Amino acid sequence: MADYYNYLIVVLLMVMGLYIVMAQGNLVKKLIGLNIFQTSVFIFYISTAKVSGGTAPIVIDGAELYSNPLPQVLILTAIVVGIATMSLALALVLRIKRAYGSVEEDVILEQDKSC
Amino acid sequence: MLSHLAVLQVVVPLLAAPTCLILERARAAWLFACLACLLSLGISIALFMQVEASGPISYALGGWEAPWGIEYRIDALSSFVLLLINLVAAAVIIGANSSLTAELPEPRHSPFYVLFLLCFAGLQGIVATGDAFNVFVFLEISSLATYALVALGRDRRALFAAYQYLIVGTIGATFYLIGIGFLYSLTGTLNMADMAQLLPGLEEQRLVAAAFAFVVIGIAMKLALFPLHGWLPDAYSQAPSMATAFLAASATKVALYLFIRMYFEVLGQDAVNALFPVGKLFLLLGAIAVILASLAAIRQNNVKRVFALSSVGQIGYLVIGVGLGNALGLQAALLHLFNHGLIKAALFIAVAAVVCRVGGSRLEDFRGLGRAMPWTMGGMVIGALSLIGVPLTAGFVSKWYLVLAAMESGLWPLVALVLIGSFIALFYVWRIVEVAYFQPRDGAAVSEAPLMLLLPLWAMALANLYFGIDTSLTVGGSEQAVNFLMGSRP
Repeated sequence: MADYYNYLIVVLLMVMGLYIVMAQGNLVKKLIGLNIFQTSVFIFYISTAKVSGGTAPIVIDGAELYSNPLPQVLILTAIVVGIATMSLALALVLRIKRAYGSVEEDVILEQDKSC
Repeated sequence: MLSHLAVLQVVVPLLAAPTCLILERARAAWLFACLACLLSLGISIALFMQVEASGPISYALGGWEAPWGIEYRIDALSSFVLLLINLVAAAVIIGANSSLTAELPEPRHSPFYVLFLLCFAGLQGIVATGDAFNVFVFLEISSLATYALVALGRDRRALFAAYQYLIVGTIGATFYLIGIGFLYSLTGTLNMADMAQLLPGLEEQRLVAAAFAFVVIGIAMKLALFPLHGWLPDAYSQAPSMATAFLAASATKVALYLFIRMYFEVLGQDAVNALFPVGKLFLLLGAIAVILASLAAIRQNNVKRVFALSSVGQIGYLVIGVGLGNALGLQAALLHLFNHGLIKAALFIAVAAVVCRVGGSRLEDFRGLGRAMPWTMGGMVIGALSLIGVPLTAGFVSKWYLVLAAMESGLWPLVALVLIGSFIALFYVWRIVEVAYFQPRDGAAVSEAPLMLLLPLWAMALANLYFGIDTSLTVGGSEQAVNFLMGSRP
C-alpha cells in the first residue's frame, strides 16, 4: 500500500478538485477547485518519473540509476499552461464582477434571465 | 525552404500573432493577418499536393529524430484537415475587418487578430504534430485564445460564456493529459506512431482502456459531443460573429481529427472495442445528439444559436460515422468534417454580414432581408441547402456516404435517423428563410453587406456547390486518409 501512497493522494486531490468545480457556485472557488484538479495531475506525472533507488537526474559521480527527467520537463510546460489558464480565468472573473456586480453563479444566471 | 513546410504551417501564424500586437493599428494588423493566413493557405495546399504525390512527410523538430524529438508528421489525414482549416481561416480573416468595424470598438481590433492567429496556430499545431504531449500544448494554446475570443463579444453574457467554456475546456484538456500520462508510463514514448506500435504488445490492456477513457472524455468535451456540449451554444452565440464563423468551422473539426487519430491509429479500434463497445456508444450518443440538438434548434429565436445547436447535431453525424467503424463510415465522417466546415463557415459569415448591417441576429432582425440584402441571403440559402443535404450541394455528398455506410452495416434505423435529422434541419432553416423572404421589413432601410464580407461568403457558398458536384478532391482526399488509417493497423 505504501508503494501507492503518491497515487492515493493524486486520486484524492483529483476527485476533490473536480467536486469543488461542480459543487461550488462561487466563480473564484470553482477556479480553486480547477487548480487543485490540475495540480493533482502534475503530481501524478512526477510520481511516475520516480525510479526506485534512482537519484535526481543530474550527472554526479557514483550514481548509476537516475529518475526519469522527461515527465518533469513535461509538467514544467503544463504548469506554465496552468498559470496562463488561471490568469485568464481570474481576469474573466474580474470583468464578470464589474459587469454583473457578483461572482455567484446563480445571481449571474438570474440577472441574465430577467433581461 | 520546401522541406520546412511542415513546421512553417504552424510557425507562420504563431509568429504573425505577436507582430499584429506590435502593429497596433487595426487596419495594419488586419492586412498583416490576411497576409499570414494566405501564406499559410498556400503552404497547406503545397503540403496537400506533396502528400498526395509522395506520401507522409516527417519533420524532426530541431533535428532531433523521432521518437526522441518532437516529430511533425503530415499524412493524408492531417493534410486534408489542414486544408479545411486554412480555407476557412482565409475566408474569415478577409471578411473580419468589415464585421469587426460594426461590432467592436477600434482598440479591440488588433487583439482580435492576435487571438485569431494564436487560435489558428494552435489548431494547426494539433493537426501537424505527431507527438501526443505536443498536442496538449497546442490544444491549450488554441483553447486559451478561444476563451479570450469569446470574451471579446459585445454582450456581458460573453464573459460568462467564456468563463464556462474555460472551465469545461480546461477539465477536458486535463483529462486528455491524464490519458497521455497513462500511455506514456505504459510505453515510455510520446510519439503517436511509436505508441501505436508498442501498445498492442502490452499485457496491461486494462490500463490502456483507462487511458483511452480519459483521452476520449477529454476530447469529447472539446468536440461538444452530447452530453458534454453545454458550453457550445452559449460560447458560439456570444463570441464576435467572425470568431464564431472560424470556431464553428474549425475548432470542433480539429477535436474530431484528434479523436480519429487516437481511436483508429494510436489505440486501434479493434483493440479498444474488445475491451468496451465504444463504437456502439458513439452510435447512440451521435443519434441522440442529432435528434435532440436539432429539435432544440427549432425553438431558438437567435439565429446564431440555431446554427450553434445545429453544429451539435452535425457533430452527431460525424461521431456516427466514426462509430460505424467500417471504411465507408470513416470516410463519411471525414467528408462531413470537411463539408460541414464549409457549410458552417458560409452560414456564420452570412450571419456576420447581417449583424454588420442590422445590428443583431434575432429572428425578427432577418425580416425582409431577402429583398434588402439579396446577396447575403442568397449565400445563406446555399449554405442552408447544403446543411439540409439537398443534392448538388456538399452536404448531400457526405450524408449520402453516411447512409451508404449505415446500409453496409445493416443498420437501417440509422438511415432513417439521417433522413429525420435532415427533415428537422429543413424546419429550422425554413423558419429563417420564411422570415427573410416572406415578411416585410419595417423601420429604416438596410443596404447590402460590404463587398469584403460578400466575397468570403460567396467563396464558401460556391465551394459548397463545387464540392457537391465535383467531389474528386474531397472524396479522393478522404479516401487516401481512410486507406492510411485502416492500413496502418488492419
